[in-house]
Amino acid sequence: MTNALKYNRCDVAIIGAGPAGLAAAATLKKQGIEHVLVLDRESEAGGIPRHCGHPPFGIIEYARLMTGPSYAKRLVASAQKAGVDIALKTSVTKLGFGGILTIATPKGMGELKAKRVLLATGVRETPRSARLVSGDRMLGISTTGALQSMVYLKNLIPFRYPLVVGTQIVSFSALLTCKKAGIKPVAMIEEKSSPTISWPLHHASSLFGVPLFLNTRITNIIGKDRVEMVQVLDGKKNTREIVCDGVLFTGQFTPESTLARMSHLDLDYGTGSPVIDGFGRCSDPSYWAAGNLLQPVNIAFNCWREGRRTAGRIAQDLKGSLPLSIK
Amino acid sequence: MKNKDYNNFGSNLDKPGGVSLIANADIAIIGGGVVGCAVARRMALEGARIVLIEKASDILDGASKGNSAILHTGFDAPVGSLEQKCVNRGYEEYLKIHKSFNLPILKTGALVTAWSEEQENKFEDILKKGHDNDIKNLKLLSKTQILSIEPDLAKSVRSAISVPGEYVIDPWSSPLAYLRQAVDNGGQALFNAEVTGGEFDGNTWLLTTRKGQVRARYVINCAGLYGDIVDHNVLGGCEFTIKPRKGQFVVFDKAAGKLLSSVILPVPTERTKGIVLFPTIFGNIVVGPTAEEQESRNNACVDKEILISLTRQAIEKLPALANIQVTATYAGIRPATEEKHYRVIQDSDRNWITLGGIRSTGLTGALGLAAHVHDLLSDQGADFKALDNPSIHPVPNLAEHLPRDYKTRGYGEIVCHCEMVSQREILSAMEGPVPAGNLGGLKRRTRATMGRCQGFYCSARLAELTQGKFTNPLGIGDIDD
Repeated sequence: MTNALKYNRCDVAIIGAGPAGLAAAATLKKQGIEHVLVLDRESEAGGIPRHCGHPPFGIIEYARLMTGPSYAKRLVASAQKAGVDIALKTSVTKLGFGGILTIATPKGMGELKAKRVLLATGVRETPRSARLVSGDRMLGISTTGALQSMVYLKNLIPFRYPLVVGTQIVSFSALLTCKKAGIKPVAMIEEKSSPTISWPLHHASSLFGVPLFLNTRITNIIGKDRVEMVQVLDGKKNTREIVCDGVLFTGQFTPESTLARMSHLDLDYGTGSPVIDGFGRCSDPSYWAAGNLLQPVNIAFNCWREGRRTAGRIAQDLKGSLPLSIK
Repeated sequence: MKNKDYNNFGSNLDKPGGVSLIANADIAIIGGGVVGCAVARRMALEGARIVLIEKASDILDGASKGNSAILHTGFDAPVGSLEQKCVNRGYEEYLKIHKSFNLPILKTGALVTAWSEEQENKFEDILKKGHDNDIKNLKLLSKTQILSIEPDLAKSVRSAISVPGEYVIDPWSSPLAYLRQAVDNGGQALFNAEVTGGEFDGNTWLLTTRKGQVRARYVINCAGLYGDIVDHNVLGGCEFTIKPRKGQFVVFDKAAGKLLSSVILPVPTERTKGIVLFPTIFGNIVVGPTAEEQESRNNACVDKEILISLTRQAIEKLPALANIQVTATYAGIRPATEEKHYRVIQDSDRNWITLGGIRSTGLTGALGLAAHVHDLLSDQGADFKALDNPSIHPVPNLAEHLPRDYKTRGYGEIVCHCEMVSQREILSAMEGPVPAGNLGGLKRRTRATMGRCQGFYCSARLAELTQGKFTNPLGIGDIDD
């Protein structure tokens, strides 16, 4: 893998080696852009699919049904085959004016001047704290992303019989992960009166043997070192105590837009994403954005497709053939 | 530099009643909060053999884990009180020693802000009190002056008293540095060793702990939220009763850091300093604490309604916070008593000192209290020879405004991306003379998982790195179990 400190400049720097970033990188190369450098802070490229150990991935991109990890491997291979440089364990710590990036690597810090920068930093789930959930703080409180990386990357489990909060697509993914890891959720709760997605969660109880309680929210999380019990309030104002050893908060995705947020770029405070024009260009025209950073949350295919589309625009821009703006 | 004979004392200890003697010291300090750690350091420097006894598996497990991290000048402390003296002494000493420990200070200053005429009417008293407490640089600021310092503050602010000497520090690295110095200079720290009883033979204490017995000439009870219980269990009574008072806090994302440079203090009421809006040394903005009386000494649960109300109050004062995400919420429990002041009780006949009722000023006051303990012990004839050249060990910097570990090559990899915590920092926090004893301790030593994603990205790697280290691990087993 590449050491980003080797370079002072590049044509396009892409921050984030997930589906959007890798698809964009490969596309840029195919469009004749010479030096495309993907920077990722993790020790492995591929992004979130690396720890979604179940299908469906890759149906349209690679015309086959794949699990997340094999899809991630395929994305990386395609990008490398196209001649993309990937620098891992490389954290961008600052976005400077005009595409100047400050980077930190285990080999030292450095600066990289890119003609264009594509932000493809993805999304994460909203943790318990930002949801302002009542209760004590102890071990056993997790998000789907944290659970999946523990299960699929490290073969570890944080709990055995958690309460699952939320009924989004990812909640279904969380149930699949639990099943694979031998974790038996005690119940699934949803604040609203119907599941966020009606299928397949409407049938979650029969599919997974996990009861679904609607109109229900957490009023207290109890336990000493680990979660021991959760109190919930249902629509009829009845308090119910659910014995469990963990709470799994699923969904409520939020853009991982820290870099943009801490920078000079304009941010849409409603969505938390950087403000872009019709092409995907940020308020500083050296910067572009694509993928889940812009619309939490979309499936990998959509991020991949958007990465490719935005890469086409960036290539046009570098060749001087992009219209000024269609904002 | 070290008490060589002390380091090997364990080999020839007697074992009365089948319960092993696990420490033999001049001074036993019960409780590893900021006060206990500061007392341990002071007395070790004075040449005493100390042992700190903590019931949890790491330091700072009680009141000291959830405070406001402010280094107080004591401008508003009761005039002439022990609290005022200790805060004053502690403040001076902190400024003197912090550099040698690599402990950071963020020179924020504080603004006691008035948002109503009624609050403004109290300014005269506050200024007088500050003057009587010998804090000479207090200054009255007009609305225009306030807004030139803090342009993002709500325009409804009326006036303020500037307290330039109020600073923000690292509330967890400081006590760690104190205890580390005590241990480096011959002291000992025992964990999972709750004190359950003790006998005084007229000269020496034999304390019973969950881990074994501890012999010491003097005992300093710094047990914080459990101070009265320890006194009851060992002495058979206590002059005060702990009245736990919970304070909830909301931590805003680091993007808020640029919105505020000063600590925004409210005009205090009789009972509490009130709800403060303050920058942290780690780059966040925090609002809190509430003051809620409760029975439980350890239930630090947060409440959604109150968190919402705190967030609203913060936005009222700093409107741009409305666009900032919440990073964390937490609650701390202050060991209040029936009375407002520090409850320092010396039982000279039984070589016992209790330090109780140390609340919001404890982080600053601890060093002063430690010096006060030394005075009290000297008064009753304890005679130690201060170390000529004590060893001192700097702690890793966690402050956002100073260079963090990742800026130096060879850190392995970044484990926690939100707080930029390196693998090297995490591994080193689990080693050394005072290693992290649990995950909370590791978080306080490194900031891992304390950022905006709260472990979404890093808990798997952290579970792997900490496997086998803690009694209560992040990962409870392998999938194949």
